[in-house]
Amino acid sequence: MAYPVLTTVIFLPVIGALLLLVIKRERENLIKWLSLTFTVLTFLASLPLFFRFDKNSSSMQFVEVFEWIPAWNIKYYLGVDGISVLFILLSALLGPLCVLISWNSIKDKMKEFYIALLLIEAAMIGVFCALDFFLFYIFWEAMLIPMYLIIGVWGGPRRIYSAIKFFLYTLVGSVLMLVGIIILYFKGGNTFDILALMSMKFPYKLQLILFWAFFAAFAVKVPMWPLHTWLPDAHTEAPTAGSVILAGILIKMGAYGFLRFSIPLFPEATKAMAPVALALSVIAIIYGGLICLVQSDLKRLIAYSSVSHMGFVTLGIFALNQQGLEGGILQMINHGIVTGALFLLVGVIYDRSHSREISHYGGLATVLPVYAGFFMVFTLASIGLPGLNGFIGEFLIILGGFKSSMLAGALAATGIIIGAAYMLWLYQRVFFQEVNPKVKGYKDMDIREIITLFPLVVLVFWIGVYPDTFLGFMHESVKELITKLNR
Amino acid sequence: MDFSNDLRIIKPELWLTGFAIITLLAELILKKKELIALLTLIAIGVTGYIITTTVPFTNGGVNTPNIAFSGMYISDSYSIFFKFLFLASALLTVLLSIRYLSNEKVHYGEYYSLILFSVLGMSFMASAYDLILLYLGTELMALSVYVLTGFKRYNTRSNEAALKYFLLGAFSSALLLYGISFIYLLTGTTNIKEIALKLRFQPSEPVLMIALLFLASAFAFKIAAVPFHMWSPDVYEGAPTPITAFMSVGPKAAGFSVIGRVFIIALGAIAVDWKVLLSILSVLTMIVGNVLAISQTNIKRMLAYSSIAHSGYALLGIIAGTPEGIASTMNYLLIYTFMNIGAFAIVIIMSRANPEGGISIGEQISDYEGLSKTEPLWAALMLIFMFSLTGIPPTAGFVGKFYLFMSVINAGYTGLAIVAVIMSAVSAYFYLRIVMLMYMKEPLKALTVSPNLSEAIATTISTGLVLIMGVAPYYFIEFARAAMSL
Repeated sequence: MAYPVLTTVIFLPVIGALLLLVIKRERENLIKWLSLTFTVLTFLASLPLFFRFDKNSSSMQFVEVFEWIPAWNIKYYLGVDGISVLFILLSALLGPLCVLISWNSIKDKMKEFYIALLLIEAAMIGVFCALDFFLFYIFWEAMLIPMYLIIGVWGGPRRIYSAIKFFLYTLVGSVLMLVGIIILYFKGGNTFDILALMSMKFPYKLQLILFWAFFAAFAVKVPMWPLHTWLPDAHTEAPTAGSVILAGILIKMGAYGFLRFSIPLFPEATKAMAPVALALSVIAIIYGGLICLVQSDLKRLIAYSSVSHMGFVTLGIFALNQQGLEGGILQMINHGIVTGALFLLVGVIYDRSHSREISHYGGLATVLPVYAGFFMVFTLASIGLPGLNGFIGEFLIILGGFKSSMLAGALAATGIIIGAAYMLWLYQRVFFQEVNPKVKGYKDMDIREIITLFPLVVLVFWIGVYPDTFLGFMHESVKELITKLNR
Repeated sequence: MDFSNDLRIIKPELWLTGFAIITLLAELILKKKELIALLTLIAIGVTGYIITTTVPFTNGGVNTPNIAFSGMYISDSYSIFFKFLFLASALLTVLLSIRYLSNEKVHYGEYYSLILFSVLGMSFMASAYDLILLYLGTELMALSVYVLTGFKRYNTRSNEAALKYFLLGAFSSALLLYGISFIYLLTGTTNIKEIALKLRFQPSEPVLMIALLFLASAFAFKIAAVPFHMWSPDVYEGAPTPITAFMSVGPKAAGFSVIGRVFIIALGAIAVDWKVLLSILSVLTMIVGNVLAISQTNIKRMLAYSSIAHSGYALLGIIAGTPEGIASTMNYLLIYTFMNIGAFAIVIIMSRANPEGGISIGEQISDYEGLSKTEPLWAALMLIFMFSLTGIPPTAGFVGKFYLFMSVINAGYTGLAIVAVIMSAVSAYFYLRIVMLMYMKEPLKALTVSPNLSEAIATTISTGLVLIMGVAPYYFIEFARAAMSL
């Protein structure tokens, strides 16, 4: 049997968390270095997925199967294909960055923080690998516990409200999916095997019911309008690392759910319901963008921009064609990188000023030139400047959108203009204009912060200039998805 | 069937009776009450061992039931499963009682004897194959628990709780007897098997429905299902905390064991009718229990309402009525035993007698503020139990609920499953409130705790099982399944 890459990637952080559990809380440096070591090890362990992944195959790779609960025919079943592999790599990459950015900002209950961070990384990677519904659901829900704590314990002033809101919204959506999963189990002949269920065809009426049961869970996670209201609160109040994980990975799970489950399991229902999803996506794009224009809080603005960007993602997915789907997947990765980086950057300045108000800043480009440079790159990437990663994703999505519905494509394109407006205006208010006396004397980014952000800058240019490295992963799987959709 | 054979079959109960009497007598001789507790633990261990020797595993693992005393008493895998559950809950309760009783200055040997007697009563309930024995077992259990509830005799709340429980319990016993007499009127027998045979050839008639209504009310009282739940918050709050923990699992499971036996077997012919009745009870129980728990300020009351809600979940398996359904209810009761006693264990460890009388210190939910700062270990364990009670993986609570939902959906009651999952989401609010207070607030007063060895053991057992059953539930599911041969 080959070396189990996926199990290693999932359980390395768990081992790290268990080790932290037995370390005395006074040994703060040891705790930090150990967390960093384990997240870096996890990332290194995930690299075989990048190098040894067979891009010419649409089937599951790195598969691991063991009997787990034979009474219910539940297996410990892992595998990746072109849709999931990039998310695992992104999760593994963001792990060490989250540790680095929290290095000096988390002082209270440090041990618990890093334990929660490691556990959430394990659960996130698990979600993307699981090929058994039971296993999937375990990871999906288990993630809530550490995330709830990260927001609620280490967050901002309104953290408790935000944490509970996040938990309840997600839980209500998830439990409906649980009922859906169980119905699927019995209709599919007592199996939780996702691949086996995908090869079956369910009656249209059943598809429709199950589609909505799953939709509840995924739409809350994405979040799609009008279920998005937990996101600005959670993003804003979470500590930097929490926001990065939320924006980078957690909200991608909803969109991933559409790709992995809704489309192949309920193809007819998906096709029938695609207009509804497209409409919701377009509303999210425009509504999210407009709300951004009136925000006075840095993190809240970026949070609402996530609503808008995720609208693009769901638009691409529900366009249901090759361009749209590939654009959607790539845009998820892009959004993870760019928004993750923007939250990291806000964290950098927040460590100095302890203020998220835009009016607190002004003229930062004079005081912190390096910081301004980094922020510029990610602002432009977020807008979708050609040559940077955001452009490729949005271009593909709008192309797909036009093929699917002229109106949706046209409306989505206006979203890009709004996006440029709020991001550039933000940049102007924070970095240009008169130097605000409050920000005088702030130190520029130190070497730790530069190391944290550097990998993301590289990715922004890499995807922007040569996207095929990444698109190549998904070509075959997306083709396969479209075949499943049209069978 | 000769008499000695009958005695052989009820050997566990005989040993238990002997031990209960010895414990009672030991109170006169032994000055150190810890020794009596130790004796009780030995009694529980020995009884558990005796039960394993009486399991007649023949026919390649399939359990053939032993029937004794002319069909009064049955020893089958179903009853054995429940007996283990009762013993486990008694074991944990005794472990948790020792320090608590000394603190409250009510450490008497009768306490342990009464626990053994109530376990004896529950064993007879689980093994009852005749409604008369069922009634006797119920009364033995209930009378012991009434006294235990009022065990803090200098405390007015404890007295109030005992009196309330006794009066309402007596009322429910009357309902039970009334129901039994109607059944006897219709069938001329009190034997469960014969009732089933007689009813099969009898069309459902109004008198039978009245009998069903009486029986359902009496049993609903025992498991604290809405609208027969009114006693439980007051009683749970007033009783000594270890007894609250015990009541919420042991007698409740005993109630479910008789519901399973009576409804599924004796009244199997009118399943359509009682399924409607139980569905209504279950939905009401889930909604009322979870919604009322939200506004509680006392943790024992909150756990009382949560316990009501969990009865509603557990009823789902019975409503499904399939062997899988019963097995899922049994599995859930087993899991619930450990997670609920675990949560109570933390409450017990946290609480200490109030010198001014009244509510003990550490029983208000606000006392948990900032616990993670002062006592990180106990806060972390409480967190595990709270998430397990909510039903979040990877804890046992999730596996239990998952099995219930699976069986109830398979039986075609998807609507019930949807109510149950939504109510689970509601329950997240109040369970998480405890987590929130422990982790996200600053400590108001520095509550430090000093658990003794026995409490540490009980907590370790509960935590270990909650996590093991969450990650590797296979053996426990198989245990419940194998036991499901009514």
